[in-house]
Amino acid sequence: MNSSVHTIKSLDLDEDATNQFLTFLLAGEEYGVDILKVQEIRGWEQPTMLPNALNYVLGVINLRGTVVPIIDLRQRFALEKSQFGPTTVVVIVKVSNADKERTVGIVVDAVSEVYNVTDEQIRPPPDLGGVISMDYVKGLATLDEKMIILLDIDKLISVGVLKQIDTH
Amino acid sequence: MAIDIDLTQFHEIFYEESLEGLGTMETSLLNLNIGTPDAEVINTVFRAAHSIKGGAGTFGLTDIAQFTHIVETTLDEVRSRKRGVTQELVDVLLQSVDYLRYLIDCSKSGKAADKDRMAELAENLGRVENKLPAATGKMPAAAGTGWRIIFKPALPLLQSGNEPYRLFRELGTLGELKVTADAKGLPDFDHMDPELCYLGWELLMQGDTTKEQISEIFEWVEGECALEISLQGDRRQFVERRKGEREAPEQAEARAGEAASIRVNIDKVDGLINLVGELVIAQSILNRVAGEITGNKAEDLVEIVDMLVRNTRELQDQAMRIRMLPIDYTFNRLPRLVRDLSRSLGKQVDLVITGNNTEVDKTVLEKIADPLIHLIRNAVDHGIEKPEERLAAGKPEKGLIEISASQEGGNIIIKITDDGAGLNQEKILAKARERGLAGEEELTPAQIQNLIFQPGFSTATEISSVSGRGVGMDVVKRNINDLGGNVEISSVAGTGTRFSIKLPLTLAILDGQLVRVGKETLVIPILNIVESLQPNKNQILEITGETRVYRYRDQYLPVIRLYETFGIPTDIMELQQGLMVVADTGEQRVALFVDDILGQQQVVIKSLESNYRQVPGLSGATILGDGTVAMIIDIASLSQLYRNTTRKEVA
Amino acid sequence: MSEQKKTRILLVDDSVSMREMVGFTLKGAGYAVSQAEDGVDALKFAQGNTVDLVITDINMPNMDGITLIKELRALPAYKFIPILTLTTENSAEKKQLGKIAGATGWIVKPFDPEHLLSTVKRVV
Repeated sequence: MNSSVHTIKSLDLDEDATNQFLTFLLAGEEYGVDILKVQEIRGWEQPTMLPNALNYVLGVINLRGTVVPIIDLRQRFALEKSQFGPTTVVVIVKVSNADKERTVGIVVDAVSEVYNVTDEQIRPPPDLGGVISMDYVKGLATLDEKMIILLDIDKLISVGVLKQIDTH
Repeated sequence: MAIDIDLTQFHEIFYEESLEGLGTMETSLLNLNIGTPDAEVINTVFRAAHSIKGGAGTFGLTDIAQFTHIVETTLDEVRSRKRGVTQELVDVLLQSVDYLRYLIDCSKSGKAADKDRMAELAENLGRVENKLPAATGKMPAAAGTGWRIIFKPALPLLQSGNEPYRLFRELGTLGELKVTADAKGLPDFDHMDPELCYLGWELLMQGDTTKEQISEIFEWVEGECALEISLQGDRRQFVERRKGEREAPEQAEARAGEAASIRVNIDKVDGLINLVGELVIAQSILNRVAGEITGNKAEDLVEIVDMLVRNTRELQDQAMRIRMLPIDYTFNRLPRLVRDLSRSLGKQVDLVITGNNTEVDKTVLEKIADPLIHLIRNAVDHGIEKPEERLAAGKPEKGLIEISASQEGGNIIIKITDDGAGLNQEKILAKARERGLAGEEELTPAQIQNLIFQPGFSTATEISSVSGRGVGMDVVKRNINDLGGNVEISSVAGTGTRFSIKLPLTLAILDGQLVRVGKETLVIPILNIVESLQPNKNQILEITGETRVYRYRDQYLPVIRLYETFGIPTDIMELQQGLMVVADTGEQRVALFVDDILGQQQVVIKSLESNYRQVPGLSGATILGDGTVAMIIDIASLSQLYRNTTRKEVA
Repeated sequence: MSEQKKTRILLVDDSVSMREMVGFTLKGAGYAVSQAEDGVDALKFAQGNTVDLVITDINMPNMDGITLIKELRALPAYKFIPILTLTTENSAEKKQLGKIAGATGWIVKPFDPEHLLSTVKRVV
C-alpha cells in the first residue's frame, strides 16, 4: 500500500486577496488548482478496474476506507496515454457540484509548486484553442516566467469528466 | 415580545419534535379507552399539544400555534373533566392531528395552508357532544371545600436547590393557603445539620383547583418527598404517596440508564462503522502476517492476534447494531391506517402486530415503510370482505390482519397475513393473458399468484380511491428487491392471503463469496448463491451462436460470462475450464461463469456512487484484507445488463 | 437612590442562538444574565462568581450539563442554588438524570418566552 508522498499542511492565507494554487505538469503545459481543493498527493498504485468504464476512468482505489475514482486527464483530453509507474503522481481533489461533494484522484505528469497568486495577477483567458475548453479555465497567470493555466477544478471534474460519464 | 434573533434556524428541530409529538398524540388517542379513559394518557396528549403550541408561538408560526391552541383547550377541558371522551371526539382529535401534520408540511415547504379546514375542525371540536362522565371522584374541589396537602420533604431536599417556601408561594397563586408546620422531625440543636430539611407541613387550600394543578407544582420534587393530597372533609383520601427518601443514586442512575437514549447524527454512526471496517481489514492483514512468523514468540503472537480478531468481530457486530432500531417505528403507523381505511370502506378489521421489537437497520426501516403500507392497504381494500359477505361465507364479521416481524439467520422476515377472500386464480390468469403478461401455457398456482407483481397488472374492477389501481404491487416488489430482499405470496381462495418479505438485517455488511476473474477479485453476495459447480460438457447447451445455457437440475439457466460482461481480460474462457456459480435474484436464476472460487468473508459495502456513480451490474465495492478494492456484484442488475448487451448483439 | 440588585442568572448552552434567544428574553424581564458555552466555561465562571439561578443545557461538548451540575454542587457557594436543566426530550429519564445529579428542576424545549419566564419566577 502506497503512502502519501506529500501532505498538504494548512497554509496561511494573506489578508489581501491572495489565492494559492498547486501547479502541475500535464503534457507539457502547466496547470494550477486551488489549493483548498487539494486534499493530498499520492504516489501511483494500480487501481481496481471498473467494468465497462470509459478509457480515462482508470478505476478506483482505497483511500483510507473510501472508494475513490482515478481519472487520467491525459486520456480525457485525447492525449497520448502515459506510462504509469513509480514517478506517477495522483492529486486527490475534493470537488463540489450543486450540493454534492466528491473526492476524485487525477493523474498528472508531475507536481510543481504552490504559488500565491493575487487577484491582479490573474488574467482572463483567451481562447487557447487547446486541449481544455475555456469553460474550465478560471484564468491565466504568469509566474516565474511560466504561463500557468488556472483550472476551475469543480467544473472540470463534475461537468467535464463525470458528467460525460453520466450521459454515456 | 420583540426578539430580533433569526429564529428560523430552530425550525428544523421544532418540526422534528412536533412531528414526534403528533405521533405520540396519535398513538395515545388510538389507545384511549373510551369507556374508562386513563388520565395519564389524556395528560400525555395534552402535554404534546402544549409543547407544540409553545414552540410554534416562539417561532412565530401562527397558524400552527393558533390551531394547536384550540386543540389544547379541548384537551384541557377533557383533562379537567369538564368534557367527556367520546368516539366522536377522538375521531375529530385524530383528524386534528392530521391537519397539524399538514400545517407543519406547509410551513416546511412554504406553501399556503388551507384554513377552511381549520375552521371546520374547530367547529367540530366545539360541536362534539359533551357527555360528562359519571363522577369518579377526580374533580375540582367543590366550592366551599378545599384541598388538604401534607408535604414532608426528604432530608436532603434543599440540596437540589428546591425551597419549600417557593413551592408554597406558587400554591398560593392557586388559592388561599393556610400553612402549619410540623416540627416533629427536628432534632436537638447539637445534632441539627442546617443543610437538611427536618420540617413537614400541612397546607389547607381553598379554591377551585384540581388535584393535577397541585401535583404539577410538586413535579420537580416528586422523588424527594412524601406528598398527600386529599379533599378536606372527605373520608375518601386521594392518597398520593411519593417516594420517601431519594433512591440511592446508583440505583436510580441504573434505572434511568436502562431506558436512556441519546440522539446521534447518522453521519457519526456511519463514520464509526467505517473506522471499524478499517480495523477489521487491518486485523485481517495482521492475522495473515502473524501466521507467517516463526520462532519462539510465534505461538504467543498467534494467540494474541486470535483474541484481537474475536474482539474486532464483536466490535463490528456492535457497531452495526447502533444503526438498528425496532421495526415498531414503522409498524406504529399501521393501526391508524387500518382504522381509517376500514371505517371509510365500511369494513371491520382487527390488526394484530407481533414482533415489533425486532430490530432492523435504520435505512431498511425507512425504505420498507411504503411497501408495507401498500400491502396493508391492499389487504383491507381487496383482501378483507365486507361484513355481510364474511358472514355469508361463514367467517366472523371482523376480518383479521396479522403482521409479524422476526429475525431468522441474517434476515428479517415480515409476514402480512389476512383472512380475507384470497386471490382469485382464474381472474388473475385471465387478466394476465389479456395484458399479454402470460401466454396460453399452463401455470402453477404459485406462478399465477406471482403474476400480480408484474408491472401493469390490476384486477381491481373499480379504481378504488384508497389503494389506487392496484398497480403498486410491482413497485412494492421492486422496492423490496432494491433492499436486497424478496417478497413471496401464498394465497388460498376464500381463506386468505399471506405476503412473506425477507430482508437483510443490515445494508452495510454482507456475507460475500470471493471469486476470481482474470486478475480481478469480485464478490458475490452469499444470500444470492444457490450452488457452485464445475460444469461438464453435456450440461452446457448452445442456443444461438455465442449464447449458452447451463442445465442445472431441471432448469436451463442463462450463462453470464463475467469476463465478457465486465470486460475483464482472462485466459479462462472455455466453460469447462472455469466454474459456474448458480445465483438467484428472487425473480430468476442465472449461472455466473468465473475462473475460480476463493474464500468467503464478511465484507463492508462501500459506495461507488458517493464519489463516482452507480455502475450497472454492481451494488458497490469493498476493501479486501490486502487493502485493494473489489467489486460487489448485484445479481439482478447484472442480469439486466447481460440482457441488454445480448439484445444489442442480436439486434 | 441605590440601584435595586438584579437577580443574576448563569445561562449555559453550547448553542449560540439558544443563548442569545434565552438571554435576550431574560434580560428583557430584568434579569442580569451571564453566559457560558459549555460546562468547563461555566465552572470557571462559578469558581469566581455567584448567581441566583443556573440554567443549563445537557448535551454540550467538553463538559456536559449533568457533570456540570455535579461539579457545581460541590462548590460551597452553589450547594443550594437553584439549577434548571434544559431538556429537548420530553422523557422521564433525561429529567431524572438531571435530578439525580442535583438539579432543582427542568424546562422542556422548545418553550415559549412566557413559559420560560414563569418557570424562572418559580425559583428566584
